[in-house]
Amino acid sequence: MPFKRYVEIGRIALVNYGKDYGKLVVIVDVIDQNRALVDAPDMVRGQINFKRLTLTDIKIDIKRVPNKKTLVAALEAADVKNKWESSSWGRKLIVQKKRASLNDFDRFKIMLAKIKKAGVVRQELAKLKKETTA
Amino acid sequence: MAPQQRKPHVCRNPDLIRGVGKYSRSKMYHKRGLWAIKAKNGGAFPKHEKQTVAAAPTEKPPKFYPADDVKKPLVNKRKARPTKLRASITPGTVLIILAGRFKGKRVVFLKQLTSGLLLVTGPFKINGVPLRRVNQSYVIATSTKVDISGVNVEKFDDKYFGKKVEKKKKKGEGEFFEAEKAEKNTLPQDKKDDQKSVDAALIQSIEAVPDLKSYLGARFSLKAGMKPHELVF
Repeated sequence: MPFKRYVEIGRIALVNYGKDYGKLVVIVDVIDQNRALVDAPDMVRGQINFKRLTLTDIKIDIKRVPNKKTLVAALEAADVKNKWESSSWGRKLIVQKKRASLNDFDRFKIMLAKIKKAGVVRQELAKLKKETTA
Repeated sequence: MAPQQRKPHVCRNPDLIRGVGKYSRSKMYHKRGLWAIKAKNGGAFPKHEKQTVAAAPTEKPPKFYPADDVKKPLVNKRKARPTKLRASITPGTVLIILAGRFKGKRVVFLKQLTSGLLLVTGPFKINGVPLRRVNQSYVIATSTKVDISGVNVEKFDDKYFGKKVEKKKKKGEGEFFEAEKAEKNTLPQDKKDDQKSVDAALIQSIEAVPDLKSYLGARFSLKAGMKPHELVF
């Protein structure tokens, strides 16, 4: 199976370990075999080991080591935030975060909603069963 | 000039390092203005007259000296204070009781009593928890708050919840035991009225929030997959 996501300048990656865990960063330069220079709108540009990154499908068009201003403009132009949040991976992460931040009361309300939904589904199923057997 | 309006005074002789001030003794003398005080007083530092102490009545020598030295107890300046209330617990917070008869019940916090215990109510109609005292350590504070402004909890204190002192009866047998049992079980009517009055305002503000009533009526329990250290309450 060939590789589809390459380490290249402009590749968006997700940090999966360390202080910036969960952040989306742009690979702005490659330092050596193991490390890349990464940058994001809300962090100071710095080096990070590739092992701490998970590559995404998103790539933006930038030159090697752009200014912060240029970088932010390029991110806006490529609409990275919306692309990420509408991708299935991005949506999963959002749901995970929401679930982790749920209040005890919220969990109770969700339980009630699940029971209600299951009731409605069961009613519909019973109707359909009746139709097929009748 | 009222004393409260004074600006806090900055130190006249700031430390260069610990133990070494910035200004020498002669400079400090000048800074403190002792020369001005002396000048005002005609060359010498103003003295006040020694206040004559009234002669204390002559004490008789003690009749008894202990053979060995008697140790004096150490001085204790601790003040008794109610337990520090966690920042997450404010009046109206929904608490989860963790131990005792009502474990798992979600309950509304009213106030902290002077003993440090928390005054709490179900409300009684919703989950059967009456006005009760609960220790802060046996409670999880959730971030759900109930509007408690309509409730007056001034009259409740630790004495209200104390055991009633009974009059001593003469020792008898047989009939005596039966009579005692019949008296102890009923709750006095004024306590029931207190419960009703506290709960009336509370239940109104609870019913204003959807699902809150059934939430307070349900017990909390850990289900599969719930990790208490990762849960947000």
